[in-house]
Amino acid sequence: MDSIPHFLLICSREVKVKDSVITFNNFSFKYISQAEPTLKGINLEIGKGEKVLVCGPSGCGKSTLFNCLNGLIPAFYEGEVEGELTIKGKSFRDYDIFSLSKIAGTVLQDSDGQFIGLTVGEDIAFAMENEMRPLEEMKKRVVEAAEKVGIEGFLDHAPHELSGGQKQRVSLAGVMVDDVEIFLFDEPLANLDPASGKKTIELIDQIHKDTGATVIIIEHRLEDVLYRPVDRVVLMGEGEILMDTTPDVLLSSDALIRNGIREPLYCTALKYAGVEIKEEMHPGSMDTLILSEENKEKVRRWMENIPEDKAKDGRPILLEAKGISFSYPNGKESLKNVDFSIRKGEMMSIVGRNGAGKSTFSKVLCGFEKEKKGLVLLEGKDISSLSIKERAERIGYVMQNPNQMITKPMIRDEVSLGLRLEGKKGEEEIGKKVDKVLKICGLYPFRSWPVSALSFGQKKRVTIADILVMDPDIIILDEPTAGQDFRHYTEIMEFLKELNSYGVTIILITHDMHLMIEYSERAVVFTDGEVVASDNPSAILTDDSLLEKASLKRTSLSDLASLTGIDETLFTRRFISYDRKVRK
Amino acid sequence: MSSVFNYIKGKSPIHALTGASKLLVLVLWSLSAMTTFDTRLLVALPIISLLLFIASGIKYRDVSFVLNFTFVFMVLNNLLIFLFSPEHGVTIYGTRNVLWEGFGIWVVTKEQLFYQLNVVLKYLATIPLVLLFVTTTDPSEFASSLNRIGVSYKISYSVSLALRYIPDIQREYKEISVAQQARGLELDKKKESLFKRLKCAATLLFPLIVSSMERIEIVAAAMELRGFGKNKKRTWYSSRPFRKGDWIAILFSILLLALSIALNFINGGRYYNPFV
Repeated sequence: MDSIPHFLLICSREVKVKDSVITFNNFSFKYISQAEPTLKGINLEIGKGEKVLVCGPSGCGKSTLFNCLNGLIPAFYEGEVEGELTIKGKSFRDYDIFSLSKIAGTVLQDSDGQFIGLTVGEDIAFAMENEMRPLEEMKKRVVEAAEKVGIEGFLDHAPHELSGGQKQRVSLAGVMVDDVEIFLFDEPLANLDPASGKKTIELIDQIHKDTGATVIIIEHRLEDVLYRPVDRVVLMGEGEILMDTTPDVLLSSDALIRNGIREPLYCTALKYAGVEIKEEMHPGSMDTLILSEENKEKVRRWMENIPEDKAKDGRPILLEAKGISFSYPNGKESLKNVDFSIRKGEMMSIVGRNGAGKSTFSKVLCGFEKEKKGLVLLEGKDISSLSIKERAERIGYVMQNPNQMITKPMIRDEVSLGLRLEGKKGEEEIGKKVDKVLKICGLYPFRSWPVSALSFGQKKRVTIADILVMDPDIIILDEPTAGQDFRHYTEIMEFLKELNSYGVTIILITHDMHLMIEYSERAVVFTDGEVVASDNPSAILTDDSLLEKASLKRTSLSDLASLTGIDETLFTRRFISYDRKVRK
Repeated sequence: MSSVFNYIKGKSPIHALTGASKLLVLVLWSLSAMTTFDTRLLVALPIISLLLFIASGIKYRDVSFVLNFTFVFMVLNNLLIFLFSPEHGVTIYGTRNVLWEGFGIWVVTKEQLFYQLNVVLKYLATIPLVLLFVTTTDPSEFASSLNRIGVSYKISYSVSLALRYIPDIQREYKEISVAQQARGLELDKKKESLFKRLKCAATLLFPLIVSSMERIEIVAAAMELRGFGKNKKRTWYSSRPFRKGDWIAILFSILLLALSIALNFINGGRYYNPFV
């Protein structure tokens, strides 16, 4: 198994670029509104037909690099450039955004925002319309492009009739109508559930093979991208390129951890087991990973010695929903006879694909929507007669986008708002309470700052503080970590864990499997408005039919378990309990 | 809640007409209704537009909001006409048949009532057709038809984008509003005064504007990346070829305008006068 020819190893180490399409030469860029350059002395060469993953934490400059390649810099964002960027042998200054868009096709992160047309067909045709192509030609090429991404059956559909993955396919078809030579993907996995994300990576791989085009993917979810092979990974940090190498080399170093990128789960597990990850083991992906018998034995022994968490029960049930049904005014039934309960002090997840009913259910719990049938009981008492405001004193709800929640420009005012509106306490008492909450949330040093000066993660904390001052028994958070890099993810989640340890009951609505593994005692799975499972994460993540129904996917822990001949569920469960202890 | 401007999909003969011909019909029809004060024609037009409405399959509740709004406006307009110019009908028709002496200058005459009937008929002749146009023309086809009649495509497209995003923004407003209510903001009619509710609604604007600005930036970048604004002209994927129905509709509205102008000559002025 270990006998990989020596010359192959050398090839994979040396990054040789022939026929270069993109060359950054000592390239720096500073936004007009900023004091420091965002890109500092970038040297990077990308060859024709290469597939490159650019990763790095938020603010590392990867999006700026991306915008230099598609022409948004300098057409849309102004700034100062030093050094040179050559695309297809011509300086980037010699292109305008339009001529560049014929060479490099961009798929943006926000699949809603970039959906411009009113229907799928129209959106795919958008670039051709601007090129003044005749109608017959557009119709023909729209169908061709739609077929390439498998969306041809939806040409008359409006954006709101599509899933996130489908919208992304439309955007991709929209750039494929031009025979672009470079595909640029900006965080293609950010808004997708795990199963759709997997399909997206497969599709990108397929297109790369079929067209022979150069593909550049910007993404911090490394493991999910590496599910299909890439030629190179470029690791960025603080505006510089830290590493430019193959996945195998990158994963056998500790560069990811040092730079705030999550490493693949199987790598974490191997490291826990004391296996030293080396380049020749091909750790780039689970499919290529080679483990010696000795290492397999190490994994098995490690696993056997992990004591398992004892299930905490006996805690009283805090909130209970019985037989909840709900339909929207358009008649579509979105919740069917849902039974649900959470114990006091529990931290749990509600998972399921978009539109499965998990958000609707949480809105019913908060009283934003009125159930058609069923009962919501809080500590055994029916709360259906309580208004939104009255329920909010017991059940707090934190929206996904903090910008939709924040209404005051200053942090203190924002956090005080709820108590002021309540009007029960005097200013002095409010002040004390707000200070206490700001301290818990780690926002006290910023108390007199404007909200706009905060990072996304900090804004999220502000919105959690908004809710926390009201002293609710339960906090429901909608996708608390969506679009966050590993560092911010950890920051937000560790904070929530701490709150949980003070006795706050927490419900997380998510489709992030890491979040489920790392931070929830239990997960409830929604599919088509019904609860199809309520179990511990390890049981859910190893039940293939359930994963399929809920648009989740197998984790690499299951693959590692089968590689080492251990029971998947047992392995996942023990990994979770070990992982929690280590992180404490 | 039905939104203000909403394209409603359908398969009626009205939906089948191209956006351009519908816009042309709307313009010619409105011109005809504006030119004339001939009551016979003004009675015919609302009846025809009612028939068109039935043919389109659009329901009353789909347009009730705008319809009710214009009704209030129409009543207000009529009150004001009577308040400021109670003798206008007399001036126009040249006779004075008093029905009721009223108070001071506010004398009710047959002529005034007849004149105001014409004003009401004008509303009825134009508003339903505008609504019919809006509900049966998809925003991108609307943009392409604006462009066809000579409006710059950049303006046409921004109009259609604005129309398109109205439902999205309404949805977002609703989400923001429940989240704020959960923090104690009272928007309930029964519990707070109108002034206080308006003040509360204003606080909701802050997050709405912030998130709309984010959205605008993304849309603008996405459009530019795909060549919007590159050329002086553009073609339209949603444009459709003219069919027989389109020609018939246009011919009909040209004849209508001709009739309306001809009536001006026949009546010797804009007004049809039953009093002589």
